Amino acid sequence: MEQQKIELGEKKVLDVKQFIVTKIGKEQYGINIQYVNNIVRMQKITRVPKAQYYYKGVINLRGEIIPIMSLRLKFELEEIEYTKDTRIIIVKTDKQNSVGIIVDAVSEVVTLDEEHMEKPTVDGSESRMQYIAMLGKHEGTLISIINIGSIISEID
Amino acid sequence: MDVSQYLEIFIDETKEHLENLNNQLLILEKEPENKDTIDEIFRAAHSLKGMAGTMGYKRMQRLTHDMENVFMEVREGRMKVNPNLVDIVFQCLDALEEYLSCIMETSDEGTNENEPIIARLKDVLVKEGNKTNEPAEAKQGQKETEKEKTENAGYHDVVLTDFERHAANEAVKMGMRYYGVTVKIEESCILKSARAFLVFKNIEPLGEVIRSEPSAQDIEDEKFENEFSLFIISRDSLEKILEAVGNISEIKSVEGEELPAPEYTEEAKTTEAVVENIEKPVQEVVKEEPVVAAKKPVAPTTGTGQTPAQHQQSSGKPVVNRSVRVDIEKLDVLMNLVSELITAKNGIVSVSESEKSETAQSIREQVEYLESITTNLHESVMKVRMVPIESVVSRFPRMIRDLSKKLNKKMELYMSGEDTELDRTVIDEIGDPLMHILRNSADHGLESAEIRKERGKPEVGSIFLDAYQDGNNVVIEVRDDGNGIDIEQVRRKALEKGTITPEQANNMDDKAFLDLLFRPSFSTSEKVTEVSGRGVGLDVVKTKIEGLGGDIEVKTELTVGTTFVIRLPLTLAIIQALMVILGDEKYAIPLNTIQTIEDISVGDIKYIRGKEVISFRENVIPLIRLSDVLDIEQTEKVENLIVVIIQKGDKKAGLVVDELIGQQEIVIKTLGKYLNNNKLLSGATILGDGEVALILDVNTLL
Repeated sequence: MEQQKIELGEKKVLDVKQFIVTKIGKEQYGINIQYVNNIVRMQKITRVPKAQYYYKGVINLRGEIIPIMSLRLKFELEEIEYTKDTRIIIVKTDKQNSVGIIVDAVSEVVTLDEEHMEKPTVDGSESRMQYIAMLGKHEGTLISIINIGSIISEID
Repeated sequence: MDVSQYLEIFIDETKEHLENLNNQLLILEKEPENKDTIDEIFRAAHSLKGMAGTMGYKRMQRLTHDMENVFMEVREGRMKVNPNLVDIVFQCLDALEEYLSCIMETSDEGTNENEPIIARLKDVLVKEGNKTNEPAEAKQGQKETEKEKTENAGYHDVVLTDFERHAANEAVKMGMRYYGVTVKIEESCILKSARAFLVFKNIEPLGEVIRSEPSAQDIEDEKFENEFSLFIISRDSLEKILEAVGNISEIKSVEGEELPAPEYTEEAKTTEAVVENIEKPVQEVVKEEPVVAAKKPVAPTTGTGQTPAQHQQSSGKPVVNRSVRVDIEKLDVLMNLVSELITAKNGIVSVSESEKSETAQSIREQVEYLESITTNLHESVMKVRMVPIESVVSRFPRMIRDLSKKLNKKMELYMSGEDTELDRTVIDEIGDPLMHILRNSADHGLESAEIRKERGKPEVGSIFLDAYQDGNNVVIEVRDDGNGIDIEQVRRKALEKGTITPEQANNMDDKAFLDLLFRPSFSTSEKVTEVSGRGVGLDVVKTKIEGLGGDIEVKTELTVGTTFVIRLPLTLAIIQALMVILGDEKYAIPLNTIQTIEDISVGDIKYIRGKEVISFRENVIPLIRLSDVLDIEQTEKVENLIVVIIQKGDKKAGLVVDELIGQQEIVIKTLGKYLNNNKLLSGATILGDGEVALILDVNTLL
């Protein structure tokens, strides 16, 4: 992600981005709001046989069939029962395709500038780190910014 | 002048002309003396030239101009058609197609001057034609053809007002010339007023239009039949004006002559062959009515003095279908709306069926009515999207001709059923696979002339392309009378390449070996030629056809020939399907693949090589337990199985399902590109209650 700086007088205005903060267990994950099309409650998911293990199936969202991925399964975490807080974040990946991502909860929308984001230190021990693009700091908490491209790509 | 708004029309028409030229040229190659064909080619080249000129495509214009010149000579009988000439003209067409594709991409014709082709055309003219000045020839020819028709021209019937006659008279006195011109636009023309506009535009620099019939306003509003007349004062020659107008495409004809100063109109006309025209116009001149002269009492059916509308009727031309060109995207939107409507209708159906009250009964009746409307609506929209496969196959005769030369084999392509219609999306995709199969037949299928002679076959090989509708499918067969596929050779190659193991080979029948041909990078050809044999092809063909929801199979007999049978669904978006239940999941099986539904007792299941089979109508067919294939947990064991017998081509299988729901019209939706489902599913559909049901792809099950 290239940061654009705009000169305004003597002050430098930093590029800012908005993220939807979601929760998986106690950890916070951020998804760039520009990809997010919709956030819906849990609904009946139709299982698709022979699909990748982390896809729970498909749902009908206003006449569109959308594959639903469990972020827990993708991150190789244990699945938990869905609660009233469980949400599906509908992410538009390109003009024709969308993917729904199941998260434990959605908490807030935060605005981060580049000063509050840094590249994660490469740590091979946790496989899920490959899906993290940046680490954001917000009011004393850490938010892992998800690289949408990497979680939907077929290479794994 | 801004012509960009006409670009689309230009592209469409140029395509049509080029296709026509290709076809005519193929005929000409066989019948070099065919006068109609020569005329047709000349006309097409001429219109192309005019169109390209109007649009400002100078290189294209130049090439077509030279082409036209050559055919001018041929038409006048000063030159004979020979294979060399046909070759050059084919090259011209290729070059023109190049220009066109360039224009389609960038709206510019590109910079290729195609000098070698032009040089060859000129060469032909010099060597074989009369060494006369070419452009003059062309013009003269045009003039001749126009002279013949002048008598019929509509401007004779137009009566000028005093003012107009005065203006014309003054002009003539000042040494200008005064012409009457009638322009006829082709019946098939869609934007008549645009054509007329071009006519006015092209005349403008040459002279002044003092009167048009119908009026300029009416012409602009398209309130005219296919012809209109103009009176022009100009300092230029008539030829120049006629050429300026004639160069516009979709102008059927333009006729005109120089008229004497109009005060003497009555006398002048008596010298013409339109004596019967005279009386009525005179009266009307007296009345000073600027209208078209009414039909004269003397010779009402000659067509000479009739109003344009009547003229058209009497000419006995078939009435052209009224049509509009619609952007395919608009149709897609319409189609999507119909799909949504059907989904909504299915919703009402499922609600009304769950109710038992009396009101529900009357709702059901209305729903049935609604159902028949949506079905009809769907069919109509589908029909709109249907395109004859002609648009795809029409380029094949040319391709076979070129292949014939390249491979140095004599061959002939026979086509039938070109009017068979398919959905537009299928049409767009089917061209390449068909081309591949034809190339295969031409290269591998047909034997060399010597071998054919040995086998007692005619020296010229035949390739047949037959298309026809078969129920809900369209079948396209590509057949050749060539060598056929040597199954022994396929077997040898497969073993050699390690595609199959010797054990596998022992268990395979002929059909299984033929299926190997559709595996990636499998070619039986001993040598790789320019045309085919690299082993990429048939697998791509198969993938593409299956992607369209169709299938392909091959039948062959050694030394007799090979047939490829392609089966394609008529529609893509909405199908009839049988809904079934497996466990607690619902699945849809496309109805066109289902032969029957049978009750089979568990005791009737037999085993062959550890696999379950049943006998069905004296055939032994495999039994497929869908719950196993789809990883559905089977809870209870039942004694009687519901078996859906499916069939694709010659293959049959029985699918075991838990329960049948019934037949339903479903809208196919894609599962997107992220889910990996091993091709078991061809998509999903949304049921009346909003639930999603998956659609089984029978091809992969068989």
